[in-house]
Amino acid sequence: MAEISLNSSNFEQEVLNSKAPVLVDFWAEWCGPCKMMGPVLEALAKEVEGKNVKIAKCNVDENQELAQKYEIMSIPAFKIFKEGKVVEEWVGAQTLDALNAKLEKYLAISN
Amino acid sequence: MENGFFDYYLKFKIFVMSEIYDLIIIGGGPAGLTAGIYASRRKLNNLIITKDIGGQAGTVPMVENYPGFEGIDGFTLTDKMKKQAEKFGSQFKYEEVIKIGKSEDIFWAETVAGNKYQAQAMILSFGVTPRNLEVPGEKEFTNKGVTYCANCDAPLYKDKVVAVVGGGNSALDAAEYLAKIAKKVYLIHRRDEFRGDEILVDKIKKTQNIELILNSTIKEIQGEKFVNKIIVKNLQDEKEGELAVDGVFVEIGHVVNAGPIREAVKLDEKQQIIIDDYCHTSEAGIFAAGDVAFGEYKQIIIAAGEGAKAALSAYKYLQHKKGQKGPALDWSKQA
Repeated sequence: MAEISLNSSNFEQEVLNSKAPVLVDFWAEWCGPCKMMGPVLEALAKEVEGKNVKIAKCNVDENQELAQKYEIMSIPAFKIFKEGKVVEEWVGAQTLDALNAKLEKYLAISN
Repeated sequence: MENGFFDYYLKFKIFVMSEIYDLIIIGGGPAGLTAGIYASRRKLNNLIITKDIGGQAGTVPMVENYPGFEGIDGFTLTDKMKKQAEKFGSQFKYEEVIKIGKSEDIFWAETVAGNKYQAQAMILSFGVTPRNLEVPGEKEFTNKGVTYCANCDAPLYKDKVVAVVGGGNSALDAAEYLAKIAKKVYLIHRRDEFRGDEILVDKIKKTQNIELILNSTIKEIQGEKFVNKIIVKNLQDEKEGELAVDGVFVEIGHVVNAGPIREAVKLDEKQQIIIDDYCHTSEAGIFAAGDVAFGEYKQIIIAAGEGAKAALSAYKYLQHKKGQKGPALDWSKQA
């Protein structure tokens, strides 16, 4: 399962109505640390394949209304959504292991 | 009697649960990761406790002075170091340490998550963090208008009004970059002269939408959900005024977060850990490397070099502690 590309028309369906927890990466082209996260997110999506979790990316330039709604003022910003609500959030580049560690507890609960 | 058994059970459980490592390394930047590589190659059972990989170096868009790499982004470079450490045996815990100490001759590190890790020796290499303004509202509005990374966040302030605080090159760079994006930039500095390069200062002074507010500091940051204004105080006439801004970019340098280590090792007046040429701190068995330690030059290659020194010194210390004398050379060279 590749990571999902989010926009205002699929955000509700893919994130808010999702039964599985969703990790959303808010990013932009011009942000160095964000771009570095690209391959990491790709690898993460591969690692969690078949598990009850979704990995998604939201470009804040193309989706300014979503960026505003979720109060994105610093990027890369990560939020974990569970049952339509933000349950955890943090700012700044992360390693694959760190992301895995953060997702782990939501995997354990949802399985 | 029942209680007695239960106590015994608990003790036993704690005993089996808390592994004692040879070495705990706190911090996963170039210093800590290099220490991990060297410690692992000496077969030290080592744990790296860190919030992230790369630290400050990890956020640098392009590193062009690390030997062997003509140009590489900081995150990729430090992720390579991490993989190398892991390959040789370093283990990782992604946690934040709040306190370190020593019980009998075992060192321990306690984390925000409530875990306690123990080791025979310790290396402190958790680097520096951006210096805070330490004014009301700063913490509350961090990432809600208050930011410490102009490279990351400037474009989110298109056509907005922002304040940059600081007088060095990083503040001047941030102001210049922001002037191209934001509607208006206030550059607030506590003195009437800038410490940055003259070329940059001239450029800033000529930029129309940058307004210099000198001899002044921010006294308070206010807002509702996000920042909407700052209280600025003039240090000469003590007068205070309000400025409506959407963002505050703090560029006033970096500091060691000394809280967790203050009671364990000696620090200099800048809160940096005092070390000798071999990375020993004031406490036998605790070593320090990289930006967290006293040193004139803050460079990736220097941090990595100190990490190697600290690990080799820790190895030597552990050999003495265990009453053994180790081989003088890196084992792998003999293999």
